[in-house]
Amino acid sequence: MFDVNEIRKDFPMITNHPDMVYFDNSATTYKPKRVLDAMMEYYTSYNSNIERGDYDTAVRADKAYDHAREAVAGLANCETKEVAFLANVTAALNQVAYGLAKDHLKEGDTVLLSEAEHASNLLPWFYLSRQKGFRIRYIPLDKQANVDLEAFKDCLDDTVRVVSLAYVTNVLGSVQPIKEICRIAHEKNILVCVDGAQAIGHRKVDFKDLDADFFCFSSHKMCGPDGVGVLIGKYHLLQEMDPLLLGGGMNARFYADGTYILKDAPVKFEAGTPNIEGVVGLSSACEYLTDLGMDRINAYEEELRRYFIGKIKDMDQIVLYNPDNLSGPVTFNVKDIFAQDVAGYLASKNIAVRSGNHCAKILHEIIGTDQSVRASLYFYNTKEEIDVFTEALKGLSLESAIDVFI
Amino acid sequence: MSRTDELLNDPVFLRELVMDHYKYPHNHGLVDKEDILSRHMASDSCIDDITVQTDIQDGVIKDVRFDGIACTISTASTSMMSDLLKGKSLEEAKNIIETYLNMIENKDYDPEKLEEAVAFKNVYKQANRIKCATIGWKAMQEMIEESENKNE
Repeated sequence: MFDVNEIRKDFPMITNHPDMVYFDNSATTYKPKRVLDAMMEYYTSYNSNIERGDYDTAVRADKAYDHAREAVAGLANCETKEVAFLANVTAALNQVAYGLAKDHLKEGDTVLLSEAEHASNLLPWFYLSRQKGFRIRYIPLDKQANVDLEAFKDCLDDTVRVVSLAYVTNVLGSVQPIKEICRIAHEKNILVCVDGAQAIGHRKVDFKDLDADFFCFSSHKMCGPDGVGVLIGKYHLLQEMDPLLLGGGMNARFYADGTYILKDAPVKFEAGTPNIEGVVGLSSACEYLTDLGMDRINAYEEELRRYFIGKIKDMDQIVLYNPDNLSGPVTFNVKDIFAQDVAGYLASKNIAVRSGNHCAKILHEIIGTDQSVRASLYFYNTKEEIDVFTEALKGLSLESAIDVFI
Repeated sequence: MSRTDELLNDPVFLRELVMDHYKYPHNHGLVDKEDILSRHMASDSCIDDITVQTDIQDGVIKDVRFDGIACTISTASTSMMSDLLKGKSLEEAKNIIETYLNMIENKDYDPEKLEEAVAFKNVYKQANRIKCATIGWKAMQEMIEESENKNE
């Protein structure tokens, strides 16, 4: 059984803000105490740089850093050598886009994206398409931003070389059929890059079973610390790919004539002293989630989401954009009240949500609005909090929204 | 306390005022006219997206217009700003803008100069909304500066 009240005790932010309803988990999640303890332990017990330190605490730091690849591999079912630590999912997606644009894509090629993508899975491609002359096309989506496989197949002409998509989209929570997309794409030797930021930590991710070529995510959206992201890639593809950053730690040799030899993947993608503290925290977060059980987390989250939708779908003043999606945020507007005014009103009731376009600025083509309110849940949220939220919404009017700041 | 002063301290009246400017903003809709200055304010705020225009002739603000997608605070505060600054000299306008920005930052200010715009006197308590309350005013400030630089 999933004892949410026990789980809530793991999170100091919940203990310190017992009356706050935190529904902004798509932006970032809270961290359990054991993650924070693991990071503190690194700084208080074995703070040393990694790689080749000939003393005990440095060896311990090396081991902790290497162990983190095992923890990620355990959560995402990949090989440890397929796990590279970068700054965040944005850095990982930029690395993939840069690496593929450099040696895989040429003028006239096509990269397939969708209009529901986050800025971090669009802007690197936009920039590189201008540099390299490849084209960008968008896979058609339905009104709740789901990829239709037949429509996807229709996009696959001979120019398509890469598909880059979110597993779970960040505004509408559509869960894309990544496994089928990979199977279809691979029949035509098309590479698939997955933005897993809103999927990892919410559902079971099986890199091998999905058969994706690249899978990127951020630590802070899955109970880990800020400032660490992961690039998982099939090993031969990582080996073929050039790193975006060069420097210390990732080179094997370099010479005065300007030549150099890089280390093998994944280390070649980790130039400079990495965020060791963050990687140690991420490692602990992976183990925390694995211990809770991703299938149980996912089942509870889906139950919460159904409860949430059930409570608000018939409220007259609510325009709900994604009632049928199983995962991710509940995205809505309140008729005649601007999204930020809704968020400001809810904040005055100690409820945290996010308003805006959520870094998905071309999504309005699909849902017909630029601004929305996003209430995003995690496994430590409760049905009681959803009740508090629903009651607060009932008291919302243009008058009460304005009274917040008068 | 005069009747006006009383009203401008009455939260119910102020709410009605904001609501009215939000639902029926004054000087709304852009114009296509030669020499008109324009500022699109969308870069530093994720959510408000407004354009403010002004027609400045011989050191006097002949017109202020605005349009865009914005929250209650941005819309109503820009609407009130357009009413206040129309017809003012650049010196008067600069003084009013400074007074308003002082109020928003919770510094000393003269409420007389701001008329209805005192409705936003408590926005400083919500740090995340200060940008909303100043977006239109900052656009105007920039355009006044541009106009002065042009005439130097």
